[in-house]
Amino acid sequence: MWRDAVLVAGKDLRIEARSRVALWQVVPFAVLVLVLLSFAIGPDTAPLHHAAPGIFWIAVLFSTVLATQRSVAIESGDGTRDGLRLSGIDPGGIFLGKAAAVALQLLVLQLVLWAGVTFLLGVRVHVVWLALVASLLATVGLACAGVLYGALSAGLRVRETLLPLLVLPVLAPVLLAGSKAWQAALEGNAHAGADWLRILIPFAVIYLVVGTVLYGPLQEAA
Amino acid sequence: MAPVVHFHAAVALAGRFPALAGVDLSLNPGEVVVVVGANGAGKTSLLRACAGLLPVTSGEASVLGVDLTTDHTTVRRHVGLLGHAAPLYDELSAAENVRFSTRALGLPTAVADAALERLGLVGRLRSTPAGRLSAGQRRRVALAALVARRPALWLLDEPHAGLDAPSRSLLGELIAEASAEGAAVLLSSHEPSLSVPLADRVATMGGGRIVSDEPGGRRPALSAVPAPNTKRDAGTMGSWHVA
Amino acid sequence: MSTHSEELGTSPRWLTVVGLLGLVALGFTVWLGLWITPPDQVQGNLARLLYIHPPIATVALYWAGGVALAGSLLYLWPRTRSFFWDRLAASAVEVGAVFAALTCVTGSIWGRPAWGAWWTWDARLTSSALLFILEVGYLALRRVPADPHLRARRSAIAALLIALDVPIVHFSVDWWQTLHQGGTVLDPGFNLHVHGSMAWTFLLGFIAFSLLFVWLLGVRYRIEALQDQLCDRELEVSLSDRWREGTELAGVGAAGPTEPDGGAA
Repeated sequence: MWRDAVLVAGKDLRIEARSRVALWQVVPFAVLVLVLLSFAIGPDTAPLHHAAPGIFWIAVLFSTVLATQRSVAIESGDGTRDGLRLSGIDPGGIFLGKAAAVALQLLVLQLVLWAGVTFLLGVRVHVVWLALVASLLATVGLACAGVLYGALSAGLRVRETLLPLLVLPVLAPVLLAGSKAWQAALEGNAHAGADWLRILIPFAVIYLVVGTVLYGPLQEAA
Repeated sequence: MAPVVHFHAAVALAGRFPALAGVDLSLNPGEVVVVVGANGAGKTSLLRACAGLLPVTSGEASVLGVDLTTDHTTVRRHVGLLGHAAPLYDELSAAENVRFSTRALGLPTAVADAALERLGLVGRLRSTPAGRLSAGQRRRVALAALVARRPALWLLDEPHAGLDAPSRSLLGELIAEASAEGAAVLLSSHEPSLSVPLADRVATMGGGRIVSDEPGGRRPALSAVPAPNTKRDAGTMGSWHVA
Repeated sequence: MSTHSEELGTSPRWLTVVGLLGLVALGFTVWLGLWITPPDQVQGNLARLLYIHPPIATVALYWAGGVALAGSLLYLWPRTRSFFWDRLAASAVEVGAVFAALTCVTGSIWGRPAWGAWWTWDARLTSSALLFILEVGYLALRRVPADPHLRARRSAIAALLIALDVPIVHFSVDWWQTLHQGGTVLDPGFNLHVHGSMAWTFLLGFIAFSLLFVWLLGVRYRIEALQDQLCDRELEVSLSDRWREGTELAGVGAAGPTEPDGGAA
């Protein structure tokens, strides 16, 4: 299964490298969300500083939806969806591979957003390890839940509108915990922030396991 | 000796529509059967059901000894389906697509490369992204992936469509080789002149059922089968990827 | 293949009885709640919402959620697989969504005089709101036309995922609120000292809404079952049409494989 995951992740990432959708579309979109939210909340710096963690994570959440849509769209042709089912690759491996590819893209995206938030909103992360760990854990959870719900809506023509409706409520806890953790990181309050990791860790673990188990049955249901 | 495919009164639904409405069909190792019929008769559905992609809801249906009504996922890695749409990733090259397919089964890269060469996909054709290939070339890439995996059951949906003359004769050779090595081949076709000479039997489908089953045009010398529908020795299954 | 084992006639007697009992109980609850019971010492008349808000919330989360989860699991488990469970789960989610929305509405009505705003991000209310959205997502998914087996399977898995998510959301939101307020939990409502006629009315409200839930579930289930029955009839017709198509072709069969019927090869 793990070997299959590496195979699928490699395939997805290679496709991304050739088409550069994440680079030219998803990342700019995330920065755009950042800018638009700043328009809505600013221009006074005080509310912007206060809202910075939330702005960051909203941008990440919306980008997760896009990245997930893209991941599902790779197999949107009839031929490729059948091809993957016929390939003999373990469905759990497919899930892990796709989630890994999405997670990698999200991590790169968060680095860019971090720079954006620092530059545009003028905030500084004081507890770097907390921000990094929170981002890492959140990313695992986001990628796993995203790919799982992507599979749920994969075969449907209304996928573009249905997927955000299905997955965003589910990602709400990550938004909550991530924002609070980053807020603590920005304020330099490591102890309080670490509390929020106690939501991010189970979320990531749960969706990792559930996704690996349910991806197979969902492939059949699509 | 077990038939590779055995269907009896098999019913398969596509949504609410009975794509297969009671199919009776048997294929033995090494047999080549062509299915003909009008559009909508159920030929594609039959092939997909054999591949385990279309669940059979009632009747008997087994492929390679596995009962499809209870388990339709195990057989997938052991069959080779060439459908209407080639299962290719547009951004990846022909070589990368075929290698993905073979690595999925744990086969070495050399096998993929050999298949690409056999199908004449060399030089620039190998490294062009699949999205930029013509329909016929894409077909050949899909065929290369199938050949590389050496399945025990070939399922070809109108394989001649979109292929040029040299490719068509190559296809005929590949089918003959596969059958000689013990694989069973089931193909659907709209062009009887091309397909019937390759076949041991010709089945006609209509309304989701097989309505007639007659001998094909294949000469006994090629297939070493004295008469159609004779059971063959299981020993010829040796080199093909079964289990 | 039929999704039914028996024909459906008019509404079964027991369902109508349950519905009537529920309405009667509700009527009594309203009467007792609004007129007979005394106002609470602390909250005054506002406390009367106690008779309906917690029962509605309990139905939304536990009754509806429980039936939906159980139905989904029983559908997915091969040995108990039956469209009955699928329909039951879907009906439960729909009724549950209505009750979740009502929870938010009644909670909001309570909150306005008590907290001064139509909505505060109280943990329980926020969880109910998210539950409502999740259930709407399920219903949207179910609306997508598909083969009944596929739809049932997909819906069942979606219901499982919702059940998985509800505790996560509830826990997160709860934490969010409590940490935000520095440890004290603002929860004016449920620490009321219930006694005497208030206790009885509270219990009656509970019973009333539980009965209404069962009734609504039954009605919704029937609608779903009747729709499926209609589709089954259509399937039988198309199956026999297809059979006839094949039989006619067999009769024409002398034309052989070189002349497939319907020409446009």
